[in-house]
Amino acid sequence: MDGGWKTDDGIQMVDGDNFRPKCIYVAVMMRRIMDAILNKDAMDDKDYVGNKRLELSGQLISLLFEDLFKSMTTEVKNLTDKMLDKPDKARNFDMSTNIITLGLERTLSTGNFEIKRFRMERKGMTQVLQRLSFIGAMGHMTRVSPQFEKSRKVSGPRALQPSQWGMLCPCDTPEGEACGLVKNLALMTHVTTDEEEGPLISMCYLLGVEDLELLSAEELHTPDSFLVIFNGLILGKHRKPLRFAAAIRKLRRDGKIGEFVSVYVNEKQHCVYLASDGGRVCRPLVIADKGISRIKQHHMKELVDGVRTFDDFLRDGLLEYLDVNEENNALIALYEGDATSETTHIEIEPFTILGVIAGLIPYPHHNQSPRNTYQCAMGKQAMGNIAYNQLRRMDSLLYLLVYPQRPLLTTKTIELVGYDKLGAGQNATVAVMSYSGYDIEDAIVMNKASLDRGFGRCIVMKKYSAVIQKHSNDTSDRILRPNRTADTAGRMQILDDDGIAAPGEILKPFDIYVNKQSPIDTRTPKSGSAANLPDSAYRSNAQSFKGHGGEVIDRVVLCSDKDKNMCIKFLIRHTRRPELGDKFSSRHGQKGVCGTIVQQEDFPFSEKGICPDLIMNPHGFPSRMTVGKMIELLGGKAGVSCGRFHYGSAFGERSGHADKVEAISETLVSKGFNYSGKDFIYSGITGCPLQAYIFMGPIYYQKLKHMVLDKMHARGSGPRVMLTRQPTEGRARNGGLRVGEMERDCLIAYGASMLIYERLMLSSDPFEVQVCTACGLLGYYNHKLKTGICSSCKNGDNISTMKLPYACKLMIQELQSMNIVPRLKLADA
Amino acid sequence: MPEGDVSMAEESNNGSGLDYIMSLEDVPSKLPPHLELFKTRVLCNNDAPVHTETIQYSGAYATLGVDNSVRLDNFCENFKVEVKRLTDSDMEFDLIGIDPAIANAFRRILISEVPTMAIERVYIANNTSVVQDEVLSHRLGLVPIRADPRLFEYPENAGDDKNEKNTIVFKLHARCRVGQPRITVKSDKLKWLPNGSELPCEDVRSNAGSKPKTFTSFTCSQDSLPEFSGNSISVTYPDIILAKLGPGQEIELEAHAVKGIGRTHAKWSPVATAWYRMLPEVVLLEDVVDEVADELKNKCPANVFDIEDFGKGNRRATVARPRDCTLCRECIRGGKEWEDRVSLRRVKHHCIFTIESTGALPPEVLFTEAVKILEDKCERVITELS
Ligand code: SF4
Ligand SMILES: [Zn+2]
Repeated sequence: MDGGWKTDDGIQMVDGDNFRPKCIYVAVMMRRIMDAILNKDAMDDKDYVGNKRLELSGQLISLLFEDLFKSMTTEVKNLTDKMLDKPDKARNFDMSTNIITLGLERTLSTGNFEIKRFRMERKGMTQVLQRLSFIGAMGHMTRVSPQFEKSRKVSGPRALQPSQWGMLCPCDTPEGEACGLVKNLALMTHVTTDEEEGPLISMCYLLGVEDLELLSAEELHTPDSFLVIFNGLILGKHRKPLRFAAAIRKLRRDGKIGEFVSVYVNEKQHCVYLASDGGRVCRPLVIADKGISRIKQHHMKELVDGVRTFDDFLRDGLLEYLDVNEENNALIALYEGDATSETTHIEIEPFTILGVIAGLIPYPHHNQSPRNTYQCAMGKQAMGNIAYNQLRRMDSLLYLLVYPQRPLLTTKTIELVGYDKLGAGQNATVAVMSYSGYDIEDAIVMNKASLDRGFGRCIVMKKYSAVIQKHSNDTSDRILRPNRTADTAGRMQILDDDGIAAPGEILKPFDIYVNKQSPIDTRTPKSGSAANLPDSAYRSNAQSFKGHGGEVIDRVVLCSDKDKNMCIKFLIRHTRRPELGDKFSSRHGQKGVCGTIVQQEDFPFSEKGICPDLIMNPHGFPSRMTVGKMIELLGGKAGVSCGRFHYGSAFGERSGHADKVEAISETLVSKGFNYSGKDFIYSGITGCPLQAYIFMGPIYYQKLKHMVLDKMHARGSGPRVMLTRQPTEGRARNGGLRVGEMERDCLIAYGASMLIYERLMLSSDPFEVQVCTACGLLGYYNHKLKTGICSSCKNGDNISTMKLPYACKLMIQELQSMNIVPRLKLADA
Repeated sequence: MPEGDVSMAEESNNGSGLDYIMSLEDVPSKLPPHLELFKTRVLCNNDAPVHTETIQYSGAYATLGVDNSVRLDNFCENFKVEVKRLTDSDMEFDLIGIDPAIANAFRRILISEVPTMAIERVYIANNTSVVQDEVLSHRLGLVPIRADPRLFEYPENAGDDKNEKNTIVFKLHARCRVGQPRITVKSDKLKWLPNGSELPCEDVRSNAGSKPKTFTSFTCSQDSLPEFSGNSISVTYPDIILAKLGPGQEIELEAHAVKGIGRTHAKWSPVATAWYRMLPEVVLLEDVVDEVADELKNKCPANVFDIEDFGKGNRRATVARPRDCTLCRECIRGGKEWEDRVSLRRVKHHCIFTIESTGALPPEVLFTEAVKILEDKCERVITELS
C-alpha cells in the first residue's frame, strides 16, 4: 500500500530501519494486556458490534480478483519465459487461458472461496436469492451470516447485544442451530465501504496530531494527551482530543470528508479512534445542538413537497451517520421532546431498529418477543406477489396468491419497502371463538363460501424441462409430430402439431408433454448424414407428466442451454383452493392448519349480517400473549368501518405511527360497535344468540407454502431398495412409513407380537432361506433337484426352510465375508 | 303469546290432559313476570348475553300450569310480517311472533338452497390476457346473472344433454388492439346467445354440409320461448371487472350458466347475504334525569335516547328509537350504576330480517321461494313419516 504504514493484515509495518513505531505499537498492546489482567472491565467484548466488520460482496470479489489477477500475471510470465527459451521467438503468443473468467465463474457458482494467497477457505459464500416471496427476497438481501461454524455451544455471540440497537434487527433470526448467529440488518443500517486513507491521515496531522517520532518519552506520557488511532494504526498523539474530534465531525458534517468516517474518543483508554474502513455498520441520526434538533418544520415541509431528499438532509448537515463506536460519544434522545441540553442526536424513528421483515408485524411491541421471531421465519414462506414481473418469470417453483391484498393494519415499514403493493396475504374476518372441536391445537375453521369466493386461492407454478440432446456420434434427439390415430390412450391430446404441449392445455396424469425420440445408438459414428436416420433407429423418449391432474400449461419457452442443446421449458400452473390441512398464519407467529371447512349457513353471524371467513380458537391467546394480534383485529375493524388504513408501527404510539387503542375504540363506538371489538353473535345452527360476545374483526392472514397436496402420501405395496429389499423411504420415492424404534418399543410394551412380526417382516422384506441344521449356515435351493443344499456340508440332508428378513440374511453374509461365522441354531417351536 | 293462552284453553275444553288442567279456575294462565322475561327476552348484560335460548319443551312450565306447546292457531293469530324497506336489491322486514329457529331456517335456505343460474363451464377459445384461464373462469362464475331460475331445470336431470331448458350461453369477446391503451373488460361484455353455443366441438369432425356440432344442443332459440320474450337474459351488474387487457391481448370465450344451489358453490347463492336480528329493546330501569340523562343521551352513538322536558327545566331520558340500537353497550359501560339504570334486551320472537339479493330474483320473491322450499321439506318429512 501507498504509505507503507501497515501490512494487508493491518499490523504496523516497519518503514525502512525505523523500528520505533512498531515498538510503540507493541508497547501499547502490552499495556492493554496488562490492563485487562488487572481489571476485567478493560477487556474488549468480542461480541460488541463496534468490534465487528461485515464483509460485502465487493470486498470479497476484489480479493478474489486480486488473487486471480496475480495468478494470471505469473502464468503469463511463465508462458513468456517458456517462449523465450524456444529458438523461434517470432511466434504467435497465445495467452487465452481465461484464468480470471473461469476463476470468477467457478467461485461464484460453487460459493467456495479458496484463496491461498490470503489464506481464505470458506464454503457457501454465494447463495441463490430466495424468490419464493417478495419479502423473502428482501429478507435474504439483508441477511448477515457469521463466518465461524454454527455448532459451537456458546451463548455469547447468540445473545442480543445492546450495541446492535438500530443496526441489526433484534427479532429476525432463525430458530435452531443458527439462532442468534444469523442476523438481519435493521431498516436504516448502512454498511460502510473502504475509503482512501492517505488524505485523511494528512488531515489528521494538520489538525494537530503529533507524530510519535517527534515526541519525547515524557511527552508521550502526559496524562491528558490522547493516542490517535486510525483504522487500527497509531498516528500519534493529540493534546486536545475533544477539540480534535469536534473538528473532524465538523468537517464531516460540512461534507469535506466522507460521511462514513467515524471518530470516537475513548476516555478510559485515552485514545481517539478514527475509522474509515469498510464493513462497519452505521445508521443516520438527526443532529441536535444543545438538545435542539437541526431539522425544523420547514425542512420537513420541503421533504413532503418533494423539494428536499434524504441526501439533501445529509449534505446540509442536518443528519449524520454514526457507527456503533461513535454512538458511545453521543447522547441520543428517542424523541425531540425528550432532548435535554446534553443531547447531541435524536433518533429518526424508533421503528427503524427492526428490520424489513419484523417491520411487517403490526404492534410488535405488544407481542411476546419470540412470537415476533416466529413471524420473521414465517413471513418468508407466505404466498403472495413475488415481483411485478412474476408472470413473466420462469422460476423452478413459484407460489402466488390469486387475490393478494394490502393489509388493513399497515406499518410505516410496509409502506417503505412496498409490501402494500406486493402483499402476501388477505384480510380475513376472524371470529375468536370455539367451534365444532375441529379447531384444537391452533387449527382454524374456514367458511366454505369464502373459499368459493376466492379466499386463500393460490397458484403454484412448476418448471419442467426437456433437452434435445446432441450425441457424440452427431446424432441428436428429435421431437415428432404426434401420431393421433395411434394415440389410443389419449396421452398425446395436449400436444400441438410440433410435438410440444400447447399453452393453455389442461394436463392429466401421464399425459405426454413432449413427444421426444432418441436414437438407439448414440455412440458409434454414423457413415452417412446423421440427420436422415430411419425411424427404426429411434426409440421413444417421451416425457410424461406426473402430477395430480388439473394443472395447466402456462408457458413454453424454447432456448438453448449452456452446451448449446435446444432446451424446452414448460411452466406448469396449478390453481388450488385451500383444503383441509393447508397452513395459514397471522402476522404474529400464530400458525395453524385448516381443521375443517364449514358451510356459510352454519357459520355464526353478527347483528350487522357479517359472517366471519375463519374461526380461530381463543386458546391461541393466553399462552402466546400476542396482544398485538388483538390490537390488529381492533384496528382492522375500525379501519374497515371508517375507511382509513390504520397503522401499527413498532413503538409508534408516541410519534403517531401507530393508532392508540383508545382512539380505535372511539372509532368503533362511533360506528356502532362495542369498544372492545366484541360483537353480539347469532349461531348459524340454532339461530339463537351465543351466550358470549365474540371478538370479531379482520386480521391479515398469510397462506404459507406448505400445502397438504404436496405432502400427503400413502402406499400399499411399492418400490423396494435393491440392497436390503426393504421398502424405500420418503415421499419422492413412494416410500413406506417407517415403524421406527420407538414405535417398536410401544408395540413390545403392548405385547402385540404378531403386529411386530407383520410390520417388521411380512410387510417389509420377507425372504425364504435354506438353513442347515447341522452346521447352522445358510444353504441354497437347487432348482434341478428341487431340494435345499448346504454348500458347506455338500448335502441336503439337514436342510430346513424358514423365513428371515432379507436384511438379516444380508447381514449374515456380510459377516461371513469378514470371517465371522454366524450360525443359526434351530429348535422346534 | 301469553294472552292467547286463555282464549285457546276455553275453546278446547273437551277435557283431556293439559287442556283440562288449563280450564280449571284457579290455575294461573300467566307466567310470573321474571320467567316471562327470561322466556321472551335475551338480556344483553355487560359481560355476556343471558337467556339466549328459546324454550322449546311444551311442558317446560307445566308445574306452573302454563302451556308452552306450539300451536298452529296460536301462531297464526300472533304472527305478523311487516315490510320496512323494499328496493330492487334488498329488503328489510319484521317477522313478529316467530321462533328464531324458524327464521334461521329461512336464512339458511336463502343462503344455500334457493337456486339461481351461474356460469359453470367456460370454454376458452383464446385468452392472452394476464388473467389465468381458471382465475378468469372463477371470476365469471361469481358474476350474478339476471335470469329467473324457476324457468330452468337442473342439469343433473338432463344427463349429458345441454339444451335450452338447462343452459344459458354467454359469449365474451374482447380485444385490445396494438397501439391502443389498456382496456378493462367488464361484465357487460358478456353477450347472451339465445341460440346456444357457437363453438364447434373439436373432437367431432362434422361433414362439410351439415351444421358443425357445438357444445349445446338447443332445439329452439331461447328468445323464441314465451318466458324470455319480455325480459332478455343478461348479467345483473354491467360494471364488474373481469380482466384487463394490454395492447395485443385478447379474450374469446363462451360461458355456460346452469342452475344450482348455494350449498354446492357460493356462486349459486341468490343472496349477497341474508340475516336477521332480534328486535332491540332498551329499558330504563329507573328514572334518568337531568345531567345523567344528558350523559346517557350523549353516550349512545345510535341516538337511541331522547330527552323529555317535563316542566321547570326538569329533564328525563326516554327511549325513543330502540330499533336503532346496535348493541354497542356504551350506555351500560361506565360502571355498575349504569348497568342498574339501563337494561338492554332482545325480543326473541321478533326478528328483523334483511335480504340482500344478488339480482337474479327480487328479494321478496326470494323469501317466498325459501318458504316454498321449507314447505317442501316439511311435506317430505310428513310423507316419510306416514
Ligand atoms: S347499546 Fe349502544 S346503541 Fe344501544 S342503546 Fe346502548 S349505547 Fe345506544
Ligand atoms: Zn451344513
